[in-house]
Amino acid sequence: MKILKLIFKNTLRHKLRTTLTILGIAIAVIAFGILRTVVTAWHVGVDASAANRLITRQAVSFIFPLPVTYKEKIASVAGIEQVTFSTWFQGVYIDKNQFFTRMAVDHETFFSVYPEFLLTKEELENFKNERTATIIGADLAKTYNLSIGDVMTLEGDIYPGTWNFTVRGIYQPRDKATDGTMMAFRWDYVNERMQQEWPERANDVGWYIVKINDPNQAAEISTQIDALFLNSRAETKTETERAFAQGFLSSTSAIIDAMNLISFVIIGIIMLVLGNTMIMAARERTREYAVLKTLGFSAKHIVGLILGESLLISAIGSAIGLFFIYPLIEGIGQVIPKGFFPVFHVESITIVLAVSAAMMIGLIASIFPIQRALKTKIVDGFRFVG
Amino acid sequence: MASIISIQNLSKSYQRDSFEIPVLNNLSLEIEEGEFLALMGPSGSGKTTLLNLIAGIDKPSSGKLTVAGTDIAKLNESALAKWRSNNVGFIFQFYNLIPVLTAFENVELPLLLTNLSKAERKKRVELVLSVVGLTDRMYHYPKQLSGGQEQRVAIARAIVTDPTILVADEPTGDLDKNSANEVLTLLDRLNKEFKKTIVMVTHDPASAAKASVKRHLDKGDLV
Ligand SMILES: Nc1ncnc2c1ncn2[C@@H]1O[C@H](COP(=O)(O)OP(=O)(O)OP(=O)(O)O)[C@@H](O)[C@H]1O
Ligand SMILES: [Mg+2]
Repeated sequence: MKILKLIFKNTLRHKLRTTLTILGIAIAVIAFGILRTVVTAWHVGVDASAANRLITRQAVSFIFPLPVTYKEKIASVAGIEQVTFSTWFQGVYIDKNQFFTRMAVDHETFFSVYPEFLLTKEELENFKNERTATIIGADLAKTYNLSIGDVMTLEGDIYPGTWNFTVRGIYQPRDKATDGTMMAFRWDYVNERMQQEWPERANDVGWYIVKINDPNQAAEISTQIDALFLNSRAETKTETERAFAQGFLSSTSAIIDAMNLISFVIIGIIMLVLGNTMIMAARERTREYAVLKTLGFSAKHIVGLILGESLLISAIGSAIGLFFIYPLIEGIGQVIPKGFFPVFHVESITIVLAVSAAMMIGLIASIFPIQRALKTKIVDGFRFVG
Repeated sequence: MASIISIQNLSKSYQRDSFEIPVLNNLSLEIEEGEFLALMGPSGSGKTTLLNLIAGIDKPSSGKLTVAGTDIAKLNESALAKWRSNNVGFIFQFYNLIPVLTAFENVELPLLLTNLSKAERKKRVELVLSVVGLTDRMYHYPKQLSGGQEQRVAIARAIVTDPTILVADEPTGDLDKNSANEVLTLLDRLNKEFKKTIVMVTHDPASAAKASVKRHLDKGDLV
């Protein structure tokens, strides 16, 4: 590529214009990266859901509980491997603005239905042997500097009173999509106190989680489960975990959809900016392209000059953007409340998307000026007055 | 002596919207090898058009045009480009140097299309820059040179590939008298010493006086 030097020199020709364009691309890459990170963080809950798990909840809303007696009945449906349940506990730990998940779970079955929470055999045994035990995520343990044996005190709201739990296990999230900030303790312990203090709320669970053998049977099994409780005191609605998670997020998903859209609008805008820069640059050089063609340079060279410059500008712009994106996301991660997003980091797919979008922009922005430069006849190029 | 440029019944018209603008009418002309031809005529008479056809940067509407043994009217776009880079050196009224390249790099430009090594290219560029007397301006940019110097760089660029013919469209049109003389003397030297065939368009009778043959164009006809 002997014309490489000319590409570099052309890029430096209008230093201010090039700098502004590069900055524009850098800012677009950063904005795109941040928006995508928020969007992916939001969807992690959905993506983390397994295809072989169904959620059975109260038909009207998942806020209403279901009787614990449903467990055996659900388990009787063919094709089901295991049934477990959990209850949304909430409560306050240290300060109100902590968003991590606190749930009362069925200690016998919960962790075998959720293999993505990695525990040692010993930790699991201890959890099953002690009524006030709790298992917490490694990220949560790190945030509050908790270790095995520590006592965590929750101030109950949905379940009033002061609740003390002893940390008996710290699970590792299996992958990045797994929430590392959950706190799970025993439903039977919570239920025992409810029987004494508020008997009409005892023996209820939040929802059931049903592990099935074959994901392809999800629809069929769901229908069968819901049929069991038709016309009962609490009818059920069973759907895949994924559908459940999406429903759970749907209230805010309009904002997320908007962010998703904006992230691509940004790409479109910056494409116009770079396109404009390239069109101006190529237009100013109409005569020079005529000279080069006269000297025997071919279409390939002209394409190389314009495309090369366009790609160079977008490459520098996205490099600068990427350089700043990690510290920025890190900073934002520090500012938003802990656990608001279970996972908040720059996904490699975001980087791949940002870089390929920038390169696409470089490519597309050069199409029009290339077309024009190639179409212009040499004699017309010489007669051109910009 | 043999004709190096042979033009027979050449016509050229331009299409502007739905109009057909005839520029050259059925024109015939022979130019011998080693000739220094001055093409004169009033503005709009078709001088530049004829020069562009000879140099292969435009295509005739009809007629036969043989230059350096090749019937160039028959060549396609890319064959013509290759033919130009091997056979024609161009000198323009407004020099047409690339502003972001130094004198050296501008002269080197046509050599980038050859197989010459970097060292060979350097040798050639330095040689032609010494012929035009600009060895000390090698690393200057066009805007750091005077008009006359720019035109001499352009001449160096035109001769660096050792082309068969040189075409010059009003090469002194934008220069003061002294610079114009320098350029004309240089062209004269290229013609006499290096035996280059030169076709030069000019308005100026003083410039034309340097040429060995003068032809006049008027409204698309040779007179
Ligand atoms: N590319 C073109 N498209 C349309 N018309 C053209 C084109 N080139 C030249 N013409 C027309 O052809 C005629 C001859 O133009 P040409 O440039 O050859 O004249 P010229 O003799 O070189 O004039 P001047 O001395 O002013 O340079 C003019 O009327 C001009 O407008
Ligand atoms: Mg002219």
